[in-house]
Amino acid sequence: MEISDMIKPENLVYGKPALLTDNVMHYCPGCSHGTVHKLIAEVIEDMGIQDKTIGISPVGCSVFAYNYIDIDWQEAAHGRAPALATATKRLCPDKYVFTYQGDGDLASIGTAEIIHACSRGENIVVIFINNGIYGMTGGQMAPTTLLGMKTSTTPYGRDAKLNGFPLKITEMLAALDGTAYISRQSVHTAAAARKAKNAIRKGFEYSSKGVGLSFIEIVSTCNSGWKLSPVEANKWMVEHMFAKYPVGDIKDVLK
Amino acid sequence: MAFKGTIVIDKQRCKGCSVCIENCPNKCISLSKGVNSKGYRYAELSSDGCIGCASCAIVCPDSVISVYRVKI
Repeated sequence: MEISDMIKPENLVYGKPALLTDNVMHYCPGCSHGTVHKLIAEVIEDMGIQDKTIGISPVGCSVFAYNYIDIDWQEAAHGRAPALATATKRLCPDKYVFTYQGDGDLASIGTAEIIHACSRGENIVVIFINNGIYGMTGGQMAPTTLLGMKTSTTPYGRDAKLNGFPLKITEMLAALDGTAYISRQSVHTAAAARKAKNAIRKGFEYSSKGVGLSFIEIVSTCNSGWKLSPVEANKWMVEHMFAKYPVGDIKDVLK
Repeated sequence: MAFKGTIVIDKQRCKGCSVCIENCPNKCISLSKGVNSKGYRYAELSSDGCIGCASCAIVCPDSVISVYRVKI
C-alpha cells in the first residue's frame, strides 16, 4: 500500500487535539510543558467538559498556557493560583477548576497557598510541573533542585549545608487530610505519558465527586536550564530525578 | 493481524527536539538534512517500518505529528 493511500481521515489514529490552538508554543524544543498541555487538552476533550473547565495559569514558563488550550483561563499572581482556584470553584461549584503550576511557583513562593488549599480540601485539580529549576528566569536553584545539581545560583552544585535539602512537597501534601488523590508521573515516554493522562483524568473526575483536592506532579525536564539536549535531559531525569522523586500513585482515598 | 502506518509531520512547527526519534520502537524517524523556516532540522519518516503505534505523536511536545494506520 502506498503512503498516499494511507493518509485519509478514516485512517487517522492520533493527531493534535482539537482543544489545542494553532498558536506555536513558545517553549524550548523538547520541553515537557507542551506534552502536558496536550494531555490536559485530551482529557478535557475526552470528558467533553470544554465549556465547564476553568484553568488557572501560573507565573513561570507556562504563564502563556491560556494561549494554547481553548478553554476559560485566569492568570494568577505568582504562587497564588490555588487561592484563585478556591474562589473560582466556590463561586462556580459546577465547573471543573484546575491550576497549572511549576515548582518555583508552587513549591517556593506559593507554598502557603497550596498547603492551605490542600488542608481545606478544595475540590480542584493541581497540575504540578517539577523540573527542579527556575526555567523562565535563567535556571536558578528551586526548592526542588537535587543535591549536587548545578544551576546558575549554585554553580558548584546544591550543597545541603548552604542551600538546604530538596523539598518533597508532594509527600508533604499527601499527609494532609484534605487531599483525595496524589500522584507523581512523568511524560518522557509514550507509556509514561499515557499513565500521566490517566492520572490527570482521575484528578478531574475526583474534583467533580467532591472528595477533596487532586494533586498530580509531573516530573519533567528543563533541557535549556539543565544545559542538556532534550533526549539527554530525559535520560538525566530518569537516572537522577526518579531516585528522589519516584513515580506512582501516593494517595487515593477512593481505593 | 499486522498494521502498517505512516506519520505526517508539520515541518514548520517541528522544533527538532528528537524526543520522537528516541521513542520510535522501529527507529524509523530521523532528523532532516535541511532546515525549516525557523532554522530547525525537523523530524521526518526515514524508513517504511512505521506500524502506526503513535508513540512519537504522544510524546511530541509541539503536537506536530499525525498518525495514520491501516490493517494489512
